[in-house]
Amino acid sequence: MNGLPLSTIVLCSGLGLIIIGLFGMLTQRNIIRMIIGFSLLDTGIHMVMIAIGYVTGGTAPIIDAAVPAAKATTMVVDPVPSALVLTAIVIGLGVTAVMLSFAVRIHQTRRTLNIDECAESKW
Amino acid sequence: MIKRLFIALVLAMVAVIFLDLAANYRESTSLSPLGYYYVDQGPAEVGAANLVTAVVVTYRGLDTLGEVTVLFISAAGVGLMLRRERKTGSDEDSDARMRTHKPSSEIVETATELLLPMVILFGIYVFLNGHLSPGGGFQGGAIIASGTMFLLLALPESHISRLLISIMESLSGFSYVVVGVLGVILAGGFLDNRIMGLGTFGSLFSAGAIPLIYVFVGIKVGFELSAVLDRFREDSDVS
Repeated sequence: MNGLPLSTIVLCSGLGLIIIGLFGMLTQRNIIRMIIGFSLLDTGIHMVMIAIGYVTGGTAPIIDAAVPAAKATTMVVDPVPSALVLTAIVIGLGVTAVMLSFAVRIHQTRRTLNIDECAESKW
Repeated sequence: MIKRLFIALVLAMVAVIFLDLAANYRESTSLSPLGYYYVDQGPAEVGAANLVTAVVVTYRGLDTLGEVTVLFISAAGVGLMLRRERKTGSDEDSDARMRTHKPSSEIVETATELLLPMVILFGIYVFLNGHLSPGGGFQGGAIIASGTMFLLLALPESHISRLLISIMESLSGFSYVVVGVLGVILAGGFLDNRIMGLGTFGSLFSAGAIPLIYVFVGIKVGFELSAVLDRFREDSDVS
């Protein structure tokens, strides 16, 4: 046993990021900090998904001189989680952009970024 | 106090949900059956050297179309949220505010003029080679948008044409759907990439319609993200 395997480290730090991000979203009162919490959560989930798709000793699923097509099935990591994460990153970007535009809008109309001062729009 | 307790409780519950995953995690030593099929059959069926691209654009092409749609809707949402209010004399106001920008130094301006074409060229390279190397339409589009960001930071007065953005975005999105529908008519189904010959494996013009689709996706994402950045820029000028 020479240390932890790489994918376990990625998985555990991903889980840590999920917890930290959720903690930030629940405790922070500043909207921008809540959005940062969301981004951490998002990134943590991506890392967990990548770790699940990892195959021991695998390389990127790209066929070239180093990874011939005939032997590819024993040499590469699972392409499906990678493709899902690619989609998830783009969706996360879209969600973050919309949240930031809400934050800009709230700051314009109320001159504050504190969520407690927007309590009357809660329900 | 009770609120903190609830937060701790929620975090503990989330941790318990994931604890099972973390505790029983074993690195897999072989591909999942689905992944095995994609890696085994992908090169012959789709002709793309980058198997992630084969999954994203062809096997899961409909998901990618949905992804492009989500990005479009979020860009439209940002545009709606940050639209500039029409007030009388707002143009002069914003012009006056524009002029109060401290101009960038000559070094920054010259560097921008030198580097911007290269950044955009690199973005185009990344989405043209999406089926051969790491990268693809979304990544290339993001690089082009980072070029726009660069331009907006270095030369804040530069103007980006709204009309050009909306025309390019609609055209590329429409072409993407047309390519998908052509797949139904000429090949096996919606977004089937075999409407064109698969070409020589590993060359630039290979993998059927994948480069074409990625060019459309790259243009669309690049212009869309540029429009989002532009929205945030203009709004900070108004407030």
